[in-house]
Amino acid sequence: MNRFADLFTAIDQSTKTTVKVAALAAYFKEAPEEDRIWTIALFSGRRPKRAVTTTRLREWAAEAAGIPLWLFEESYPIVGDLAETIALVLPPGTRANDKPLHHWIAELRALGPLDDAARKDFVLGAWAQLGGTQRFVFNKLITGGFRVGVSQKLMTRALARATDRDEAELAHRLMGNWHPDDTTWHALIEADDASADASRPYPFYLAHALDDGPEPLGPPSDWRAEWKWDGIRGQLILRGGAHFVWSRGEELMTDRFPELARAVDFLPDGTVLDGELLVWRAGDDDPQSFNALQKRIGRKTVPKKLLADAPVVLHAYDLLEWRGEDMRATPFSDRRALLEHACADLPPDAPLRLSPQLDFADWDALAQHRADARDVQAEGVMLKRAASPYLSGRKKGDWWKWKLDPLTIDAVMIYAQAGHGRRANLFTDFTFAVWNGPDLVPFTKAYSGLTDDEFRQITAWVRKNTLQRFGPVRQVTPHHVFEIAFEGIQASPRHKSGVALRFPRMSRWRQDKPLAEANTLDDLNDMLRIYG
Amino acid sequence: MSDGPILTFTDRGIYCAAGDFHIDPWRPVARALITHGHADHARSGHESYLATHAALPVMRHRLGDINAEGIAYGEARQIGGARVSFHPAGHVPGSAQIRVEVGGEVWVASGDYKVENDGLSEPFAPIACHHFITESTFGLPVFRWRPQADVARDLNAWWAGCAASGKTAFLGAYALGKAQRLMTMLDPAIGPILTHGAVEATNRVLRTQGIPLPDTVAATAVIRPKDFPGALVLTPPSALGSKWARRFGAQESAFASGWMALRGVRRRRAGDRGFVISDHADWTGLLSAIKDTGAENIYVTHGYTDIFARYLTEQGLNAQVVPTQFEGEMADREDAE
Repeated sequence: MNRFADLFTAIDQSTKTTVKVAALAAYFKEAPEEDRIWTIALFSGRRPKRAVTTTRLREWAAEAAGIPLWLFEESYPIVGDLAETIALVLPPGTRANDKPLHHWIAELRALGPLDDAARKDFVLGAWAQLGGTQRFVFNKLITGGFRVGVSQKLMTRALARATDRDEAELAHRLMGNWHPDDTTWHALIEADDASADASRPYPFYLAHALDDGPEPLGPPSDWRAEWKWDGIRGQLILRGGAHFVWSRGEELMTDRFPELARAVDFLPDGTVLDGELLVWRAGDDDPQSFNALQKRIGRKTVPKKLLADAPVVLHAYDLLEWRGEDMRATPFSDRRALLEHACADLPPDAPLRLSPQLDFADWDALAQHRADARDVQAEGVMLKRAASPYLSGRKKGDWWKWKLDPLTIDAVMIYAQAGHGRRANLFTDFTFAVWNGPDLVPFTKAYSGLTDDEFRQITAWVRKNTLQRFGPVRQVTPHHVFEIAFEGIQASPRHKSGVALRFPRMSRWRQDKPLAEANTLDDLNDMLRIYG
Repeated sequence: MSDGPILTFTDRGIYCAAGDFHIDPWRPVARALITHGHADHARSGHESYLATHAALPVMRHRLGDINAEGIAYGEARQIGGARVSFHPAGHVPGSAQIRVEVGGEVWVASGDYKVENDGLSEPFAPIACHHFITESTFGLPVFRWRPQADVARDLNAWWAGCAASGKTAFLGAYALGKAQRLMTMLDPAIGPILTHGAVEATNRVLRTQGIPLPDTVAATAVIRPKDFPGALVLTPPSALGSKWARRFGAQESAFASGWMALRGVRRRRAGDRGFVISDHADWTGLLSAIKDTGAENIYVTHGYTDIFARYLTEQGLNAQVVPTQFEGEMADREDAE
């Protein structure tokens, strides 16, 4: 595993894309093919099934390090990564073992049927043989989640360089439902019939945020506009008589949305649609909020009642494949015309709808639509260049999201918790409260929005102003007021405050604002009445 | 003289009633005994200072005209009812643990220390005592330093790599102690060592007092970077990536600190590389230092105090946390070590 550990080190040590791509490309040329395919899998979130629980790992690591378990548990939040904590507390390894990556993975997976004692023997043995980074990587194979700053795009670029193949083609090959167990390097990357897998989706094209308004985009007539829905982006594939639903995160969600099975009744085989999954009840003018959809996301099988209460409909806004032909190079306006044609005869009870386009003669008219977005449960408007092809990834220029300004409220920080990974050892996860008479009622958590420097300042402050500790969580003196921005607000009986926010984050540290002037629960309830 | 403890912990710092003096006080006092010249230990405004001969030049350089007296390592001095002596702490050149004896009872305030001999600082000497005051900057079992020679190999390999690809190597480190220690670890065959003004000022002070250091060139505004191909520039971390540094063109930057042991901090703080080098004791170092004193009463300060004290208590020691004005865990403070 030394080769893979060295690759990991090279990637982890550098912040430069060129260095990472070069290291990956060299690896994809030289490593054994079984290692290559596992590396692609690991870096794209496909990992071996977890063979050992983290509870056992913690116990065994503490034992092997000769420290009490509580000391291990205290160290973990400071390091911010379980695999790393284990690698650090253990006595130095020998680096005597250099079995290749796929070999280690095979051994880990063979642990499945064994009992705890046998698993422990294997894990302790591995720890003793492996050196620092190898040991960390080994732990990551068990605990999962290789977040090393390698995006799919970056890996695809490296593969393109190593294999002399087209980047876009490789991106498509890597999409979908493959697993190292049932494919090979040749089949995945090189074979001619790579598109044989009927379920394979196209890489999604992602929009950039339009921060300064649409004027710089040129004449409005070059553009098409739609609502920016607050649902889940999804790709519906109808091929070979079957249907598949993919999320933007490349998760196959077919079974979660059984109502979409009827799509094959209305559209021809060889159709791929890009659109938004929304809960939309028959006869309603507008979709339900994201909250309703959230109830469906977590369910792999859907109870009948939920299916009736929260029916999901795909709002299609793009056509990527038509009668088996890849349409992505066709201009958007032509794809849209085909899409409208394809959706022309859909009955009202079909699980598919055409996402409407918004008429606007000038940018002011579009701004007016945007201002009304909340009325239809939308987050803003989307702008797509009429002449643009369907690109892959987040390429700037042709698709823009022009979101509504968020709602904001000034809240008091009352709890703080250290972050993970890059934010380890910094307090970054905060709980916020609003006033209810003399009391502070917690209503949301937020993790993002401050600069590293602000996080450092607040971390130093938290350390000096801790009132009480509950494990990794610290209760702090109510003192700092933050402006919390969020996209929506819903009633929620599960929360003490009675509300749940959508996408809360810290938009400003209100160092100018005295504690007493933070907002109140009444203010929150007013917002709930207006926007909920 | 009361029958209370010989050293007490006050809002000005550690105080000895028998000798009426403070150790590393953070507010102005009449008589200050100073363990070493780092800014959080040697502060301005005291009426008189006592420190080792080796620590004084840097203190004078930093604090200006102070009323200070020097003392040799191991030299015993009677101050009021207390017998006081200074012993090497191995932290930086001139750093000391301060031993205080009253009526046969011995206390040691160790300041900052490390047990590995860095080849530059006077090596740490364990002092038998009844009461030991210890820091705990790295008082967690995740901190275990590799031998200095191993890190030196990595450091020189990085530098040589930079030099081979035509880049200037920028190495960020604390200007007093860490920077000079790194200089002694670098292989001068790779290229010239350049220094930021803050580092070079400390170098001058240390050279004047007779501490041998490798040759360095001050990287002032008048030098031309292209005259120094393959150079390594030692700088305080704050100057990494600054306008001054950018003048050198293609470069890589690294940061040398014990905190670089943590991947999260490394990714946050280090430019291209992080080297794990600390002037504080690691977990094993702290435990062995404490054991070697034979002390039963341990006062834990600066760092992961709660956790470290709890562990010591479980090991059968009478350990307690001592509050300081400066919380430890200062992974993101530039002058953390």
